[in-house]
Amino acid sequence: MYNEEINKIKKELETVFNDVKTKEALDTLKQQYMGKNGSITELSSKIKEVPNELKKEFGMSVNELKNIFNENHERISKNLEEQEINEKLNKEAIDVSLPGTKIEVGSAHPLERIIESLENLLMSMGYDVVEGPEVEKDLYNFELLNLPKGHPARDAQDTFYIRGDEYLLRSQTSPVQVREMLRCEGHEPIRIICPGKTYRRDEDDATHSHEFTQMEGLLVDKDITLGDLKGTFEAVAKMLFGESRETRFRPSFYPFTEPSVEMDISCFNCNGKGCNLCKGTGWITVGGAGMVNPIVLKNCGYDPLVWNGFAFGFGLERLAMLKYGISDIRTFYVNHDIRTLKEFDRREY
Amino acid sequence: MAISLNWINDYVPVKDEDKVSLANKITRSGINVEKVTTTKIDHLVVGEVLECIPHPDSDHLHVCKVNVGTDTLQIVCGAPNVRAGIKVIVALPGCILPDGDKTFQIKKSTIRGVESNGMLCALFELGLEEKTEENYSKGICELPSDAPVGENALAFLGVEDTTYELDLNPNRTDCNNHIPFAYEVAAVLKKQVTMPDVSYKELDEDINDQVSLEVLTDNVYMYNLMIAKDVKIKESPEFIKHRLEVAGVRSINNVVDISNYVMLEYGQPLHFFDKDVVGDKIVVRMAKDGEKIITLDKEERDLIKDDILITDGNTPLCVAGVMGGLNSGITAGTKNILIESAMFNPYNIRYTSIRLGLRSEASLRFEKPLNYEYCLLALKRACHLLEKYADAKIVKGSISYDKVDKTPKVIKAALKDFNSILGMKVEDNDVKVTLTNLGFAYHEKNGEYEVEVPNRRQDIYPQKEDIIEEVGRLMGYENIKPTLPLIRTKKGVYRDNIKFRKIVSKRMRTLGFNEIRTYTLISEEDNNKYNYKFNPSIKLLKPMLKERSIIRQSLLNSVMEVVNYNLNKKNKDIYLYEISNVYSEVDNEYIEDTKLAFAMTGKYLSNTWNSLNYQTDFYLIKGVVENLLEYLGLTNRYSLKLSDNLPKEIHPKINSEIIVDGTPIGYFGKLHPNVTKEDVYVCEMSLTSLFTHKTSDVKYSELNKYPTVEKDVAFVVEKSVLAEDLVKDIKSYGGRLLTNVKIFDVYTGDKIDENKKSIAYNLTFEDKTRTLTEEEVMEVFNKIIDNICHKYNAIIRDK
Repeated sequence: MYNEEINKIKKELETVFNDVKTKEALDTLKQQYMGKNGSITELSSKIKEVPNELKKEFGMSVNELKNIFNENHERISKNLEEQEINEKLNKEAIDVSLPGTKIEVGSAHPLERIIESLENLLMSMGYDVVEGPEVEKDLYNFELLNLPKGHPARDAQDTFYIRGDEYLLRSQTSPVQVREMLRCEGHEPIRIICPGKTYRRDEDDATHSHEFTQMEGLLVDKDITLGDLKGTFEAVAKMLFGESRETRFRPSFYPFTEPSVEMDISCFNCNGKGCNLCKGTGWITVGGAGMVNPIVLKNCGYDPLVWNGFAFGFGLERLAMLKYGISDIRTFYVNHDIRTLKEFDRREY
Repeated sequence: MAISLNWINDYVPVKDEDKVSLANKITRSGINVEKVTTTKIDHLVVGEVLECIPHPDSDHLHVCKVNVGTDTLQIVCGAPNVRAGIKVIVALPGCILPDGDKTFQIKKSTIRGVESNGMLCALFELGLEEKTEENYSKGICELPSDAPVGENALAFLGVEDTTYELDLNPNRTDCNNHIPFAYEVAAVLKKQVTMPDVSYKELDEDINDQVSLEVLTDNVYMYNLMIAKDVKIKESPEFIKHRLEVAGVRSINNVVDISNYVMLEYGQPLHFFDKDVVGDKIVVRMAKDGEKIITLDKEERDLIKDDILITDGNTPLCVAGVMGGLNSGITAGTKNILIESAMFNPYNIRYTSIRLGLRSEASLRFEKPLNYEYCLLALKRACHLLEKYADAKIVKGSISYDKVDKTPKVIKAALKDFNSILGMKVEDNDVKVTLTNLGFAYHEKNGEYEVEVPNRRQDIYPQKEDIIEEVGRLMGYENIKPTLPLIRTKKGVYRDNIKFRKIVSKRMRTLGFNEIRTYTLISEEDNNKYNYKFNPSIKLLKPMLKERSIIRQSLLNSVMEVVNYNLNKKNKDIYLYEISNVYSEVDNEYIEDTKLAFAMTGKYLSNTWNSLNYQTDFYLIKGVVENLLEYLGLTNRYSLKLSDNLPKEIHPKINSEIIVDGTPIGYFGKLHPNVTKEDVYVCEMSLTSLFTHKTSDVKYSELNKYPTVEKDVAFVVEKSVLAEDLVKDIKSYGGRLLTNVKIFDVYTGDKIDENKKSIAYNLTFEDKTRTLTEEEVMEVFNKIIDNICHKYNAIIRDK
């Protein structure tokens, strides 16, 4: 029964969706077939007239029609939605090649970068970071460091005094070491580094600055050797200038160390072949060091028969100049151009 | 100042050494050879002019036949003094001559049709003299008649040489002198030093009959005198002139040159007096304050009681160690010389020479401890040279005053000390060989060395480390194996408030500020700016410049210099900060304060091609301060209040003082239009003070599970009412249920009275234990409105 109608509707459903291009057309179609007076709805209401033994077959056929309709409806509906979204996306198109809006984060001063690199390494090796006053006693800056009054290396020409010959602007960070040794009263081993500002009566030019920055290290313990100093320096040199750097010591002189050495690294510019940067020697001096002079240990309350140790010092401007290729020391203190500063907003290597 | 290796060869054989590799060895041993220069010219020989006829096609050129030993060459020469019979310097074809910074090569050529096979040279053409008009007009160099034809001309002149420029450590300035340096060379090459000839013939007359000596001060350690008679003053021989020139000393005449020559050999300065002016008596004493002397440079000098003075008993003759008097110096007419060789208290010489501004090669040497063994030796050496090169006759004997302590310095060190301090393998034999090479006498017993330090090594302090260094540096520090100290491991920490400072610094960078560093020393004038609670400032006793004469108490002036620098460079968006210590003086104590200063102007966030930007204003800098303080854990513990006590550089109406736990620690605000026309906002605060306000770690707090109720209200109040005061009152009337008050709009304009402003608040009500009912919220809300309206005479806008 009704096979004719069923087949007719089935046939219609094969083509009727093909022309649907809008949501409205789809809704109309739904109304036409599945609505209150839709052809499928009407057909299904005819079940009352179908004899009982054929009801099942009729029901299945009508359900099949409904399924066919729904499947097609869903497919077309999805397509239309997708189409709609695509249109919206197309409308939203922008010129992605225009510059991005930069989130500006500030940069650390090049000296601060060097200081933090050194601190991170040396703190991992057990050194505490300690600071001391820049207005310092002559006693700590010179006298206890084996630079008695009248010593040529402490010329009043070279140091900014501020009260008689008792107080001065420190000319080195070594007084921090003196303060630490005095604080520990000759009982405890010491491992410290002390970065900070220092001052000398130099006229400012490309390579001299009346204000500069040092970082010294002091290790006081038992049975320490010059080899331990060399190993420590090697770690610092490789961290700052790369694993392939070689290190060497040259004999030198400082009143507060004996023996004293200059610390050189193989030139990173020419890899030791000789160039302008290393003045043809293949080596660049980056700091001074030595075994703490027993006179200094004694002056600061440590028994040189029991204790010994080493001290080292770096001029941080020099390290930064080498590392970042800066040629004028005044760059660190004057005429900071914001464009240059921003270049330093980069991770440290 | 350089060392001549020709000269060194007089004491230790170095002729056959490769000079560059020798320099490297010496450098590695601790005496830094900075530059090696060799004056050597190949194909430059002594020639004899056999024949000299005028050039057929020139009025000033000559055509010469020159015997150069192996050959006779035809050479065209234009010098006015060329003539047959003279010995000359011939540059043969292939010879490369210096020409300023470049070189040029001599080639066979044809000069106006005549073949020429070389060049006859003037000294300036060899780079041995300056190229001056005078030297040019002298013509070619005429060699003495005994010059050997065909031999190397520079070697004959004694000027073929290699020189070392040294960069010495302050303890080894003795190596600026040739004999001490020769000992270093000998140690490196494992050779012996031969000391120079100090012999001379003595006259029968005795010095004691001709002069007497009286020393009246302890600041003289040793004082020796000798007399050389009948000197002939003339030019010095070429090798002395050359050697002095290498050392940077100008040649004057043979006598004066000899005193410098001997100083450059031993490091012992000498002084020559004209004996006939001085008379028969020398008295050495301290000067009197106000005493005067006219020195060699014709300046009158005021002396003080710390200057050592050489006199003839009445008249000052010489400021000891610093400069001679005009009256008693060597002149062209000097016949008889009284020679002084002395040792003085180095400190006196140092201070006198600095005070008088007369630092010479001699005074620099007197400032360091001298070797007493050389004091008389140098004197004898001078007599030897005066006899040889100035025809002097030496009066018998010398007069000496000697208070030098001659106890030898002896150092004991055990073999194990060498190993344990150097951290390298040192054997018994290493120590012995090295000490021998150094020329140090020693005894060894049971692995302990007793070393006698020679007096020439004044730099060595009598402790074992000094001897260990000597052995180590000559064995070579390249033998040290890098190790790390075998001590307990621990993690290092930032002491005191260093970490706190770094946290602040990093936060400032996160907030977009770039870190700068500026000088601590500024001018007094600049130090008067940004004066916020300044103490007395610290001035330098002797500043170099008035721009750098005082220790600053504020960083802001320097930070503003950087801002202005950038504005001039057309950089408009500027965000800078500096953290630095400042110092002041209170009751003779120096006070340190770590300050943070920052400045901001321009756009905070922007893009150049669209309208997005946020121009810096007061509320932005306020936000930065709030962000920083809250990041540090000080939420609800600070207040920011308009102040009329801020520095004159700050806008009186757009500013705030920063008060933490009731204590003012700094301020921020807009710069006064007197300071800059730009809209610049600055802040300065004391991190030292901030650090004293202890804070605790963040604690997790659970968010309210129950819904919140929000109500908005806008009050129209007098313009002078502070938004913050209203917030406080709203909070106090709102009680426990009111948990947040936000300002969401501020309005002034024609819709309300012109003396009024409208502030709109958003109020949040909640209870963490239950859902609030509309009725109870309204009850509180109405209570707030009533109270505020009553207290501030406010009306509600757009309710």
